[in-house]
Amino acid sequence: MEITKQDVEKVAKLARLALTEAETTAFSQQLNQIVAYVQKLKSFSTEGVEPTSTVPGQSNVFRPDQVQASLTIEQALSNAPDAEAQCFRVPKIIQES
Amino acid sequence: MSLTLIHKFTLAELQRRFTAGDVTATEIVRAYFLRVSQVEPKLNAYLTQCKEAALAQAKRLDEALKGWRKTTPMMAMPLAVKDNICTEGVRTSCASRMLDTFVPPYDATVVAKLRAQNYLLLGKTNLDEFAMGSSTENSAFGASRNPWNIQTVPGGSSGGSAVAVAADECVAALGSDTGGSMRQPAAFCGVVGLKPTYGRVSRYGLVAFASSLDQIGPITKDVTDAAILLGAIAGYDPRDSTSANVPVPDYLKALKRKDLKRLKVGVPAEYFADGLDPEVDQAVRTAIEGLRELGADIREIKLPTTDAAVATYYVIATAEASSNLARYDGVKFGVRAAESKDLLEMYLKTRAEGFGPEVKRRIMLGTYVLSAGYYDAYYGKAQAVRTLIRQEFESAFQTVDLIVTPVTPTTAFKFGEKAQDPLQMYLSDIYTISANLAGLPAIALPCGFSKAGLPIGFQLIGRPFEEETLLRGAHAYEQATNWRAKRPAIR
Repeated sequence: MEITKQDVEKVAKLARLALTEAETTAFSQQLNQIVAYVQKLKSFSTEGVEPTSTVPGQSNVFRPDQVQASLTIEQALSNAPDAEAQCFRVPKIIQES
Repeated sequence: MSLTLIHKFTLAELQRRFTAGDVTATEIVRAYFLRVSQVEPKLNAYLTQCKEAALAQAKRLDEALKGWRKTTPMMAMPLAVKDNICTEGVRTSCASRMLDTFVPPYDATVVAKLRAQNYLLLGKTNLDEFAMGSSTENSAFGASRNPWNIQTVPGGSSGGSAVAVAADECVAALGSDTGGSMRQPAAFCGVVGLKPTYGRVSRYGLVAFASSLDQIGPITKDVTDAAILLGAIAGYDPRDSTSANVPVPDYLKALKRKDLKRLKVGVPAEYFADGLDPEVDQAVRTAIEGLRELGADIREIKLPTTDAAVATYYVIATAEASSNLARYDGVKFGVRAAESKDLLEMYLKTRAEGFGPEVKRRIMLGTYVLSAGYYDAYYGKAQAVRTLIRQEFESAFQTVDLIVTPVTPTTAFKFGEKAQDPLQMYLSDIYTISANLAGLPAIALPCGFSKAGLPIGFQLIGRPFEEETLLRGAHAYEQATNWRAKRPAIR
């Protein structure tokens, strides 16, 4: 199935990537090529085969619910592009009415 | 001791000499940075060098040891660490503009283990951005160069680590391997790369690419060094819920036997099919004869689902990557694009500016295969085929102890040769990715040179948590051949 430029734009929006016109064109061509190659998976019969999500086959790994030392607020904020008053600062989300 | 000798030692030799007091930690650091200053302008193995910190640390060690040499195995050993493994206080960029200024506030568990033994961090090595690539050409800070021929790629993604080891810019290095990222550059650079069993080494502090496939491991000058470094980093870690609570054996003990008697080694025909360069084919077949002469029982085996491995891998790895890389949103760490009118625009612009083309391509592919309407056809299907691949190895390992294969279809290729064709680049991972999909340990080691003088490697794959068998096989072969005697001429 053909991946159109519209599909690429939709996926880019889901992935939160602003693409240039040139990137959109290139990706639609390359994704088509890669997805066409991936079609070969269809030739392998997997009826009744359980999927592998992780090799060790673990489901839940629990630990005791105990308070442990963690990063300080200063450490946690040390790489923030913008921080103020012990918080991460971001553009305004809620509009004033 | 002459500073121009020290960088030639293997890890085992350097340990011996340091413990005996023949060489000081300060001499080690000076020797390595002398070497780095000579060859690094040609090779670009390091993204960050830690000369001042290493010298200060060496001085402290030498003073503390004066007259009383109580050492730990990794004490004063000068290592390089791939730049997607977190080092407290030392920039960890993943070779991405996104993390250009990121300084981790904590150590990865593997680094904490080495630090506890007073190792010396020489620097952080180059890679394909976020470990996505097979040549280091995807590094945002320029590619590394292969010391055997600087016109060719060193392989990737752990290219910088492989170059640093091959060119004696460190005694050994850590890399990470999601689909061959340690074994392929090791083969291209003529050194040893060991991907441990999934869960053998903690992934805590390894910047996540594809969490169900990633493993940290050693890149070293020889097999003995791989055994030493694996022993130093392996083990259960409560901070990585996928790490295995399996005791860590003394890997050096596995090297004591010099023959391969009663060892059954399988040769899968599917790994010697079309697309394998004749010179590589010949070198690997000669290596297999070498294993036979050492007493191994060589048997033909079948792994028919090999043909699906690349497709399976590029669905699963990109799906996991698209999810893992969602965290780069310009809020908590990393770069943020300037001047956004709202939060959505900040995400879109930050990610557009911070990621390079290959990372974007994989995020796009991963998002596509996980999106509504395609999930079952691609991601679900790939997970089921992954089960087939795993089962095939399980049944093969009922009749053989090791599997021997090539590492790469060709020797190191030229810069730009595959950069414009993502699918061709992906196909070059064909022999290495199955071990990641099945979670198996695998080692790449040298088995010869092409006519053009480029290294050729071969691969041994083992049962889960049987790194000892891998090391035994690899070490016996290495001792019988000694390809390491030939070194790159770079100076």
